[in-house]
Amino acid sequence: MTTRRRSPYPYWFVLPAAVVFVTLFLVPTVASFWFSLTRWDLFEAEFIGLENYRQFFREPFLVQGLVNTLIYAVVTSGAKSVLGLLLAVLLTSGIWFQGFLRSVVFFPVLVSTIGIGIAFAALMHPTRGAINLALAAIGIEGPAWLSDPALALYSVALIDIWKGVGLATLIYIAGLAAISPDYYEAARIDGATAWQRFWRVTVPLVRPATVTVVTLSLIGGLRSFDIIWATTRGGPGFASDVLASVIYKQYQAGFYGLSTAGNVILFLLIGVIVLPMTWGCSKREVDVGACAAMAPVAA
Amino acid sequence: MKTLRGNAALAAAVALVAGTAEAETTLSVLLDGNADTNAMMEALAAAFTARNPDITLELENRPGGSEGDNVVKTRLATGEAGDIIQYNSGSLFQALNPVSTLADLTDLPAQDNILDSFKSVVTAPDGTVRGIPFGPAMGGGVYYNIPLYEELGLSIPRTWDEFMANNAKVAEAGRVPVATTFGDTWTSQLFVLGDFYNVLAEVPTFAEDYTANRAKFATTPAALRGFEHLQEIFEAGYMNRDFGVATFEDGMRMVATGEAAHYPMLTFAMATVRQNTPEHIDDLGYFALPGPSADRNGLTVWMPAALYIPAASQNIEAARKFLDFVASPEGCRIMIEAVGATGPYLIEGCELPADVPRSVADMLPYFEQDGRTAPALEFLSPIKGPALEQITVEVGSGIRSAAEGAALYDQDVEKQARQLGLPNW
Repeated sequence: MTTRRRSPYPYWFVLPAAVVFVTLFLVPTVASFWFSLTRWDLFEAEFIGLENYRQFFREPFLVQGLVNTLIYAVVTSGAKSVLGLLLAVLLTSGIWFQGFLRSVVFFPVLVSTIGIGIAFAALMHPTRGAINLALAAIGIEGPAWLSDPALALYSVALIDIWKGVGLATLIYIAGLAAISPDYYEAARIDGATAWQRFWRVTVPLVRPATVTVVTLSLIGGLRSFDIIWATTRGGPGFASDVLASVIYKQYQAGFYGLSTAGNVILFLLIGVIVLPMTWGCSKREVDVGACAAMAPVAA
Repeated sequence: MKTLRGNAALAAAVALVAGTAEAETTLSVLLDGNADTNAMMEALAAAFTARNPDITLELENRPGGSEGDNVVKTRLATGEAGDIIQYNSGSLFQALNPVSTLADLTDLPAQDNILDSFKSVVTAPDGTVRGIPFGPAMGGGVYYNIPLYEELGLSIPRTWDEFMANNAKVAEAGRVPVATTFGDTWTSQLFVLGDFYNVLAEVPTFAEDYTANRAKFATTPAALRGFEHLQEIFEAGYMNRDFGVATFEDGMRMVATGEAAHYPMLTFAMATVRQNTPEHIDDLGYFALPGPSADRNGLTVWMPAALYIPAASQNIEAARKFLDFVASPEGCRIMIEAVGATGPYLIEGCELPADVPRSVADMLPYFEQDGRTAPALEFLSPIKGPALEQITVEVGSGIRSAAEGAALYDQDVEKQARQLGLPNW
């Protein structure tokens, strides 16, 4: 049982923040729940109960968008954590120009997502793109990366991984730095091979970083929109549509109530996936650092 | 004048007393970003300001397509759409909620010059006219490359079977039969939307039945045919290799240079040809989308976009004056001078010059004979589903069959019909 600690500040001191919080965060959130129950054209909102939700789940593209969202989130967050850990091991191994190479890995994180999307759309052009021209030079006929319905979602995921792996690497580098060298020394004295040291020492002890990376990239993947919009706009057809792009399309078409309902669904989906993770890790002493890092994102 | 401007309330009072606000006025105009649109509007604005030195126009461009729909709707809703907006007529106009967002232009003097066929597509549900035409009417048919047709000894197809036979010969000759540009998804709709003349020829009541939820694309064979044509083109492999990412400009380049034999497109595309490949402008011919019967062959027509005045505009009087000028025979002449003739203007007393490009000359006979044109569905029914372009991309890329695509589209339009509050949905 916890008793609430008395705030060291008087009410007038926190009032400005409270006003901002209520008008910019609380009111819109509550209003969105209301508007999701209406047929809304920005002028008039007609209450229609749960009709928008029924409509949303009847959309054939939505089911595909939902599946795509999960595939996209799992693929990108899985690849970012595996690649991020391997890159972090490489970049903490004391190789030449280590500091410079760390920045190189991080650069894509800093570039505008839309810019990256446009650049990759050009690189992945099936006949004139640099990737397929390079493949053609060694006698391979490259696929239509972004316009083959079976491939488009994974091509976009690939771009996302390239862009986001720098952040994962950075978190892992911090995680690796926190592991005491004593463990490695002890392992070496016991005759552990490099492989065993990696699996038995590094991977378990870097777990807080792993939780952070997985959670951050999972949330990022679930609400991913900009890179998909800049490369395929959810196409061809609906092949790379995710929840966020389906919602945006409803908004563009003027179905404001319907798209608000979609946002509520996205909100709930992220909550359902992420809340158990934060609860789970808040119970473990070891992960306090990692959980603190992701608390603002989950909220 | 300057002291008056400093005191807004006094200025407004004086304007009220004077009856008209003839102070220096700047009208803001929101355009769709198209090069031709800008050229026409700049020429009109210059001529208008020369005549009315106290009114100047300020042009602003927005994106096109659904991105642009979004901008227009949001700005109208928040009262920030300025004084004049250029936007589609027909079903997209209906989706703007015109009765509450746009000014009533029924009694604009220039309405007397405007053809009734246009007025009907900018008439709000309450029977008032809310817009004037801006630019020429367009055809929705097929551009073809004349030198390639001559080289292969082809003649203009009057039925779909003849069209496919031509395509087979083009493919044999190693050229692309049908330029396909799904990189700009909206271009994928032409085979469906441009086929509407043929739909109406077989089912004259389709538009009303469709609006009243009595007819469906999937269950009306004539309406389903457009989807089937897309599927046939894909299955025969008649597209260019990069069809999934090629853009509208690629398509016009391909058909103008003879890289491709055909490109189904609206006739506003001539502006792009004039800009990008002017040396090929007379290599392009035009024909209506062929249907099942050679006897009933005609063109599906798109009405021009319109100019509207947002109801929230502060300068409605000045804006009306400008619109009156645009819809006059003189305004029409200025537009033709600015961008050349690409189709008939829907203003009485506005004649096209004699020396039009070949593809325009190919199109005009359809307009001159009775019964050889029909408006596209979006001008006869307020319902247009937002996902049609994704669905036609799917059918045209072999992801979904024609029958499934049509059924999916029927489902897609339900949302629009309900949002508009139509009866029987």
